[in-house]
Amino acid sequence: MSLDIRYPIGWMFSLFGVILAMFGLLGDKQIYARSLGININFDAGVGLFAFGIVMLLLAWRGSAKVKAKTGPLPDAKA
Amino acid sequence: MNLTAIDWVIMFLYFAFVLGIGVFLKRFMKTSTDFFLAGRSLPAWVCGIAFMAANLGAVEVIGMGASGAKYGIATSHFYWIGAIPAMVFIGIFMMPFYYGSRARSVPEFLLLRFDEKTRALNAISFAVMTIFSSGISMYAMAKLIQALHMLDVPLAKMGLPMSWSFHLSVFISALIVLGYVFLGGLTSAIYNEVLQFFLIVAGFLPLVFLGLKNVGGWSGLKTQLPSAFTHSWQGMTSAQSNPLGVEWFGLVMGLGFTLSFGYWCTNFLVVQRAMAAGSMTDARRTPLIAALPKMFFPALVILPGMIALALPTPQQAVTVNGVVQMQTVSNAGKGLIPVKIDVATGKSAVDREGKPVLDYDLAIPNMLLHYFPTGILGLGLTALLASFMSGMAGNVTAFNTVWTYDIYQAHIHKGASDKHYLHMGQFATVFGVLFSIGAAYTAARFNNLMDFLQLVFAFVNAPLFATFLLGMFWKRTTGHGAFSGLLCGTAAAAVHHGLTLPHGDVMGIKGGWIAVVHNYPSEMAQNFWTAIWAFSVCFLVTVGVTFITKPREEKELVGLVYSLTEKPSEEHLSWYQRPAYLAGLVLVLALVLNIIFR
Repeated sequence: MSLDIRYPIGWMFSLFGVILAMFGLLGDKQIYARSLGININFDAGVGLFAFGIVMLLLAWRGSAKVKAKTGPLPDAKA
Repeated sequence: MNLTAIDWVIMFLYFAFVLGIGVFLKRFMKTSTDFFLAGRSLPAWVCGIAFMAANLGAVEVIGMGASGAKYGIATSHFYWIGAIPAMVFIGIFMMPFYYGSRARSVPEFLLLRFDEKTRALNAISFAVMTIFSSGISMYAMAKLIQALHMLDVPLAKMGLPMSWSFHLSVFISALIVLGYVFLGGLTSAIYNEVLQFFLIVAGFLPLVFLGLKNVGGWSGLKTQLPSAFTHSWQGMTSAQSNPLGVEWFGLVMGLGFTLSFGYWCTNFLVVQRAMAAGSMTDARRTPLIAALPKMFFPALVILPGMIALALPTPQQAVTVNGVVQMQTVSNAGKGLIPVKIDVATGKSAVDREGKPVLDYDLAIPNMLLHYFPTGILGLGLTALLASFMSGMAGNVTAFNTVWTYDIYQAHIHKGASDKHYLHMGQFATVFGVLFSIGAAYTAARFNNLMDFLQLVFAFVNAPLFATFLLGMFWKRTTGHGAFSGLLCGTAAAAVHHGLTLPHGDVMGIKGGWIAVVHNYPSEMAQNFWTAIWAFSVCFLVTVGVTFITKPREEKELVGLVYSLTEKPSEEHLSWYQRPAYLAGLVLVLALVLNIIFR
């Protein structure tokens, strides 16, 4: 297919992960009273980042396989 | 609600990704097949997630949370009984005909199998239905944004009146959906459904985690809710002894058979996702892959509703004799679920017995606001917005395909070039979105009209599965039989509704508009039985008329009927790739879940 959906998923979630984790690390800690004292932004951010990276790795591995099959210059339209 | 910059950044990033995917895909939209069927080239896991997510619009997410709060774990019947068996059936038995016939849409399959009039009946009713569904999705989204006051701060900053919140929500969501569907067609819509699926998981998993931790896990939840709320099969022998108000036979036959098979096996909105797959095996695996996450979704969407009910009702600081005390506000509702406010009077709504009516639809949004601080709140809201928009986009892509192939090409302009139909599809996307906006405003203005239309659609859908079942598995079934069966089945649904009434309701939109000959214990029971009647009548009439009309030649039906079609070969696949094994796994898991939560 023309675009491997794992790339946008990977980029978007790792970006969300970085944003949330940084905010959890550096931002105001008082806001976590409502989330039972758990720094949910940091925890979820780390999780999202890991998921995003896994998706990117899968996508890279996938496109490496396609290249190996079709030769060094894959036709983008094929 | 206090949204800060980080929440808005996450929302805008999501919109940027969605539109970016559309822009990137634009260059690949060369033929009508690229646009309407994603070039029939997507991998099975992408189609599978989209197959499931197309049915995971926010109307469903919010509705399932609401049902969780209203009925408890019994809501999971809509998944374990009302979806999984049908998804297995379409994957194993029906997909060989949908995909193998090379039909480009479900109505087109009816043309190949039966005749033009059966196709036209299905195509036109389906096209109208998708527009209204998309409009309702848009309306529900705008209402939620209004209820949560999401746009109040930006509107105030721009000096615009608060009433613009509704218009702005409709306008922006329509523009984004139009943008990405116009650019990337079905591929765009499917990719967005995949993004939305992961967003919902990412947003709701922390919510369930926090909620469960708060109430002391599943065992803690059990102690705080009535026992019928945590046991899905308890009291199912009689309609009077369970929260749904349905007995097991009506549940299994009405929801588990006629309604669910009618939806999952004949609705082009979901079938289109499987038709986009790259091969027959992938198309067959699509609904089976979809079934795996589907059966665990009650944990993400029903559980928050149940937790919302179990939590203590929020208290307010009240000054009594000069001392500040925390008090539960009168008519505050139950748990996190507030009392419904009557829009016309501004007072809390009460039912006929004078008890306050709860606004269950706010269960999920209130859970998000209760547990999520700014940051992850943006993620949770983005997940909700994404599912609203993919609910719209799913309908718009199904609409433009059926319009172009089954109405425009069939009746208005035959024999034009493929390019012409591609442009027609893009154009249909534009007016499909415009009609949806019209439907959204109609819903806002005439609420009863929308209820009425949804009722009519339910009548039209109820008999459909009988037609497909006979068409695919009985080679003698004729076009005249199918057509008259559909009409009579729809009529039977309407008559049944007109003759029965749920307990405690007034005659009219809820039923009994001819005469009340039977009272059902609940509206759900009435719905299930309407479907059972419609299916049975359609089945019998189709069989009857088939016997007095001339069947088609057998050689014309190869690839369309079970007995005349070669079984798809799975010899070259390893066992875990074979649809049959996957189907077995899915059914065993669904059975185990039913036993655990019985």
